[in-house]
Amino acid sequence: MTASTTSRVIKERPQRRLIGTIAAKELGETVRSRWFWLWAIAFAGLAALLVTVALPGSEIDGYSGFGRTSASLVTLVQLIIPLMGLTLGALSIAGPRESGALRFLLSHPVSRTEAFLGTYLGLGAALAAATAAGFGIAGLVTVAGGVPADTASFLWIALLSWLLSLAMLGVGMLISTLTRTSGAALGGAVFVWLMLVFVGDLGLMGTAAATRTPVGVLFGAALLNPIEAFRLAALATFDNSLDVLGPAGTYAVDALGDALVPLLLVVLSAWVVAPAALAWLRFHKGSDL
Amino acid sequence: MIVITDLTKRYGSRPVVSDFAVEIPDGESVALWGPNGAGKTTVVRCMLGLVGYEGTIEIDGLDAKTRGKAVRSLIGYVPQELSFYDDMRVIELLDYSASLRGLGAGRVDEVLSTMSLGDHVDKRVRELSGGLKQRLGIAAALLPDPPILLLDEPTSNLDAAARDAVVRLLEDLRHDGRTMVVTSHHMEEVGMLVDRVVAMEDGHKTIECAPMDLAEELGIRAWLHLITTNGATNTAVEVLTARGFDVRPNSRGVLVEVSAQAKGRAVAALHEAGIEIEDIEVWR
Repeated sequence: MTASTTSRVIKERPQRRLIGTIAAKELGETVRSRWFWLWAIAFAGLAALLVTVALPGSEIDGYSGFGRTSASLVTLVQLIIPLMGLTLGALSIAGPRESGALRFLLSHPVSRTEAFLGTYLGLGAALAAATAAGFGIAGLVTVAGGVPADTASFLWIALLSWLLSLAMLGVGMLISTLTRTSGAALGGAVFVWLMLVFVGDLGLMGTAAATRTPVGVLFGAALLNPIEAFRLAALATFDNSLDVLGPAGTYAVDALGDALVPLLLVVLSAWVVAPAALAWLRFHKGSDL
Repeated sequence: MIVITDLTKRYGSRPVVSDFAVEIPDGESVALWGPNGAGKTTVVRCMLGLVGYEGTIEIDGLDAKTRGKAVRSLIGYVPQELSFYDDMRVIELLDYSASLRGLGAGRVDEVLSTMSLGDHVDKRVRELSGGLKQRLGIAAALLPDPPILLLDEPTSNLDAAARDAVVRLLEDLRHDGRTMVVTSHHMEEVGMLVDRVVAMEDGHKTIECAPMDLAEELGIRAWLHLITTNGATNTAVEVLTARGFDVRPNSRGVLVEVSAQAKGRAVAALHEAGIEIEDIEVWR
C-alpha cells in the first residue's frame, strides 16, 4: 500500500438526519426568541392594518378591491421581510460563534456543511411561519371585510415574499460569516437593508433623472436589487399594469411580455441561491472557531 | 492512540502552537499544562477540527483533517464553561447532544443517573451553579461513552468546593480506562488527574514528565518553616545541612529550601534524628 492510498481523503457526506436535528433546534429556538415575535407581530399587525385601510371605499393608484389589498401588502413586505431575513441571518453564525455554541455543536460528529444547512433550513422554516402568519391574518381581514379574494394571487405574493425572505436570509448569513461579532453582523445587516430599500430605490430614480439613463438600463439595474425584483414580480401578476412603477415597469411589460414574470422569478431564485452558497463556502472553508 | 506530529497553528503570521508533537496510548491520561496563552486549548481545538492547522493529528489511525466526523465520534469534549444555550433546559440540551450522535432517550437517562443530574433535568442551564454546569458538560461528553475525553480547563471557573467535586468526578473517570486529555494551569490538579504531563509555553512543548516530577523539572522550589521544640534549632540546622539542604535558622525553628514535591524528605530527616517538630508551614 502506498502513502497516497493510506492518506486519501474519504468523503464524509452530509447526513439528512443531522441536518434535520439542527434545523428543528434552530426553528424551535427562533420561534421562542423575542426577536422573532417582534418581527412576526409587527408584520402581521401592520398587514392587518394596511388591509383594513385598503378595503373598498377609495381607489388608490388605479387599484381597486383585492388589487389594492395586495399592493398594500407588497409595500409592507418590501420593508419588513428583508429586515427580518437579514437580521435573523446576521445573528445565525456570528452569535453562536461568539457564545461558544457553534464550537460545542461542531465538537459533535457534525460537519460544517450539516451545521450550515440545518441552520439555513431552520431559519427558512421560521421565516415561512412568520410570512404565513402575516398573510394569513391579512387574508382573514380581507375576507371579513367582504372583498372577494383572489386566492391564487394572494398565495403567489406570499410565496414571493418567502423567496425574498430566503434571499435576505442568505445575505444575512453571508454577513454573519464575514464578521467576528454579532454586533458587527447586525450593523452590517441594517446597512445592507438601508442600501437595498432606500438608497437602491431612490439612488436609481435620482441617477435616472440626472443622467437620462436609458429605460432598459434602468430596468436592468432594478433587477440587481432583489427587493425590486420581488416588487415587479408581485405586481406584474395580479394587475399586469407595471406602468404604475414608472418607465422601467412599462419598458419591462413592452419588451418582455409574458417572459417578464419567469425572468423575475429566475432573478429572485438567483438571489436565494447565490448569497447562501457564498455564505456556505465561506463557512465551510472558513474561519477558526 | 492519539498521535500528533509537527503540529503548528498560526493566527495570521503569529504562531500559537509550533512543531508540537505527542503520542498518547489508549487509556492514558495526559495533561497539557501551562500558563494562559501557552497553546494548550489550541491543541485541543485542532484535535476537534475546530481550527485549521499544519502537521498531522491521527486518532485511532484516522486523520483528523480528512475524517473529522469519524474522529469526533470517538471524542467527548468538555468545554471550559457551558455558558451558551442558557435558555435550554438540562434535559433539552442532553437530548439535543444525544440526537446529534444518533443516541436515544435511554442513554440520556443513564447518563443523568450516573452524573446525579436527575433532580435538575427541568432547570434551565443559566439556573445551574458553576459546578453543576460543569457536571452537565461532562454528562454531554459522556453520552456516546467515548473512548477519548478532552477536557478544556475543567475547573478553571469554579469555586473551591465545586472544583473538589469535579476533580473527584474526573478521578473516577480516569480509572474507567478511557484516554483523557486535560488542559490545566493548576499544578495540584494535574497531579491528581493524569499519568503524564506535557508542559507548554509560548506554543512549544517544554517538558514531558510524570506529574510528580513537574515541579522539579520546572525548578519550582518551596520553603518549609519547621517549628521545632526549644533548643533543637541548632541540631536541626546541623542535621539538614549534612543532608544537603539549604537551611536558615530563625527564632522559632528552621527554614529549609525543598523541592516542591518532596517536602517530606526534610521532615523525615529531622524525625530520624529524633528532633520533634511542633508545626510546619509551607512558604512558596
